[in-house]
Amino acid sequence: MLDKELRSMIGQVKGGRMDRRAFIKRLAAVGLTAPLANQILALGGVAMAQSPNPYPPTKRGGGGALKLLWWQGPTLLNPHFANGTKDQDGSRLFYEPLASWDAEGNLNPILAAEIPSLANGGLAADAKSVTWKIKPGVKWHDGKPLTADDFVFTWAYASDPATAAVSVSTYADMTVEKVDDLTIRILFKNPTPFWANAFVGAYGCVIPKHLFADYKGSKSREAPNNLSPVGTGPYKFVEFKPGDVVRGQLNPDYHMPNRPHFDTIEMKGGGDAVSAARAVIQTGEFDFAWNMQVEDDVLLRLEKGGKGKTVYATGGDIEFIAINFTDPNVEIDGERSSIKTKHPILSDPNVRKALALLVDRESVKKAIYGRAGRTTANYLNGPEKFVSKNTSWEFNIEKASKMLDDAGWKVGADGIREKDGKKFKLLYQTSTNGPRQKTQAIVKQACQKAGIDVELKSVVASVFFSSDVANPDTFPKFYADIEEFQIPMTQPDPALHMKRYISANVASKENKWQGQNFPRYVNKDYDDAIAAAETETDPVKRAALYIKCNDLLWQDTVFIPVMHRLKVEAAANNLRPALSGWANETDNIQDWYREA
Amino acid sequence: MSQYVLRRLLIAVPSLLAISLVLFVVLALAPGDPFSELATNPNVPPEVQAALRAKFGLDDPIHLRYLHWLNAMLHGDWGFSFVSRMDVDTLILQRLPATLYVIGSAQILALLIAIPVGVYAATKPYSLFDQIANTLAFVGFSLPTFFTGILFILIFSVTLDWLPFVYTTDIKATGIRWVLEMIRQAIMPVAVLGLFQAASMTRFVRSAMLDVIRLDYVTTARAKGLGQATVIVKHVMRNAMIPVVTLIALQMPAVFGGAIVTEQIFRIPGIGSLLISSILSNDTPVVMAVTFVFACLVVLFNLIADVLYGWLDPRISLR
Repeated sequence: MLDKELRSMIGQVKGGRMDRRAFIKRLAAVGLTAPLANQILALGGVAMAQSPNPYPPTKRGGGGALKLLWWQGPTLLNPHFANGTKDQDGSRLFYEPLASWDAEGNLNPILAAEIPSLANGGLAADAKSVTWKIKPGVKWHDGKPLTADDFVFTWAYASDPATAAVSVSTYADMTVEKVDDLTIRILFKNPTPFWANAFVGAYGCVIPKHLFADYKGSKSREAPNNLSPVGTGPYKFVEFKPGDVVRGQLNPDYHMPNRPHFDTIEMKGGGDAVSAARAVIQTGEFDFAWNMQVEDDVLLRLEKGGKGKTVYATGGDIEFIAINFTDPNVEIDGERSSIKTKHPILSDPNVRKALALLVDRESVKKAIYGRAGRTTANYLNGPEKFVSKNTSWEFNIEKASKMLDDAGWKVGADGIREKDGKKFKLLYQTSTNGPRQKTQAIVKQACQKAGIDVELKSVVASVFFSSDVANPDTFPKFYADIEEFQIPMTQPDPALHMKRYISANVASKENKWQGQNFPRYVNKDYDDAIAAAETETDPVKRAALYIKCNDLLWQDTVFIPVMHRLKVEAAANNLRPALSGWANETDNIQDWYREA
Repeated sequence: MSQYVLRRLLIAVPSLLAISLVLFVVLALAPGDPFSELATNPNVPPEVQAALRAKFGLDDPIHLRYLHWLNAMLHGDWGFSFVSRMDVDTLILQRLPATLYVIGSAQILALLIAIPVGVYAATKPYSLFDQIANTLAFVGFSLPTFFTGILFILIFSVTLDWLPFVYTTDIKATGIRWVLEMIRQAIMPVAVLGLFQAASMTRFVRSAMLDVIRLDYVTTARAKGLGQATVIVKHVMRNAMIPVVTLIALQMPAVFGGAIVTEQIFRIPGIGSLLISSILSNDTPVVMAVTFVFACLVVLFNLIADVLYGWLDPRISLR
């Protein structure tokens, strides 16, 4: 994107000559996602649109009971201990952050009086500090007022390693100070272009100082309020049975007018996705079910004449096949897939490119994901402003065969390609999961036609995704040639998503395979671009750097993106949930309502 | 008698210790990691995972962990759930009522069907009634509960819309309506489990009765001119029930252990669903506590069955 053109466009938005939606669309066209476009506008001095979700109800309550069905129920209710999204979702009914992400990746103020921008003085020009103003008059459920002290405490609590909070990295590398009772300032150690991480979204939930002050650090697990939350949210806590049910009731002192719509809320856990879909779409026993990991034709069948429908939210979750750059079959110093080795077949870039040509993404979409997926050539698929338009993909067995011929891999007597007496054999692993095994079958079939012998392997998810050092079948160990899984994008910014693949992060025995660069990809250009992006305060240049990183991953075929996955939920026909692909399902729960 | 019970209890101690050791070692060696969900989350750095592991003592050598666990268990501390960050005993006690209610009712239903049907079928072997009962029993225990469960849901919830298929622990009603709702939501799971149990138990009761009904003393009783009902109930059943009582006593631990599949299908928050979700999330303290309590119950009910034996049949002496 051209710097100059962008600046003139920002000027147009400022002067009111261009609509912000049009601006976002233009940026999207050059590969910048919506949240970034908005942050660009914020840095350019245009206030972020206050984009509350549409909310017609004109009085508080009266909506009856809201019954949510999570097929994995929350197991604890402290947002800073939330092991998985289910726990974040449950906590978020009662606790609130300063702001949440809406469907387009805009910040939606919750406890904040306004979203910080350059214009209102909230953002520093050097991107080293953010000043948040807190909404006055907000009360905790026990009647105590919410003040800046609670935010400073939340930061101190979460950033203390002894607390062992899962949000620790969100609050590391910064200090939070109280400016006055209703203002806090976050000071970053380094220029931080993506400032909306602390106190935003699931890990951003603020906890009350007066109830947790005695339980900071190593005593954190003894806090009685870990299981009985006292927050500022639209619903007050009533009851919690781990893994089974969370119940809440309307908070009559909620700080937003006419909200919430429902008198009681219930989040039931347990069971499986298909029967959850059935309980919402077919029998209407529940209003909303989360994370419908169900094949699309099953959902379509349920939706025929049902009481509910599926709803979709677009985020950046990517299902991909990763390529091992090292040799999984040679052991060096007690470690296979050592960075000291090179993959005997896949270290040739043309072979990797040929392999990418053999993944029929359109068939995978048709046969498996349906409405819940989009085909893509990119590893980075959102927010819109970070999405590269320079890439492309195709499915072409002839072309792949030709490339392999040219690379010296000739078809042998048994139909399998070979080179210097070595057979073209690949081990393709993934976690045990219906759609993944089907994808494996589709890819294997195309590979066979191209003369590649693919051996399929599936590992139980609890092993595949574990960090168990002793187990050879985990994804970071990568004792296979290619592997498939999904990496979710947990915030509308690519910084964490892309930083994984710098060479310093290569998974190895030395770092107990906790390095996040599991393909063991090493490229100095990539490292440099990530390093530059981390301190780049100009949002346009920063986006360009991340797009460059994505394009490098594409050029080098580190990943073969299989599907850009959308979030799929099931909702009753008359329920209007406020959802975002960039946030947890319950992140805008205050805006949910039922149409009369 | 009391000496016998005491000796059995003393023998139980080393066997429970051995069971706990085996359980602990197997769980410790099993693959997986309670914090695996954090592994794909880029927000959570490896250091936090390491800190959590250290905090919950997962990095200690296995024998130390076992001794810690044993010591805590002896003091009545059942452990601390990694996943819920709460005490395991509260977690289990929360789940117990639903399990006792549903599985207990299913057992009672099974008995109510199995004993009369089994007894009547045995008095008229190879009659039409016996043939039908036998066929149904075979069908009943050949169909797995996950199949009948889903079939019931499709018929009674989806098509007919009579019964709910999601079990709710707190029904918002009081008095008689609460009782009715509790019964209504338990009909399907109780029927699924009860019919399955009843099928195999009917066969068992029938064959136990047939074993006894041919004995000479039964013929003698009939020759004395006793009526059919008296012969069957007072003479045959009393003796035929001995193996049945053992079977029932050995099934009692299952009432506490829950039914994993059925609980999962109907979303009953019982011990079985706690066990399966803990296994899936590698929450070892919970898995350990549930399985160990289950082992204790098996040992205990074995003892009770043996004691009952002596009481039912004085010829069996307990030494």
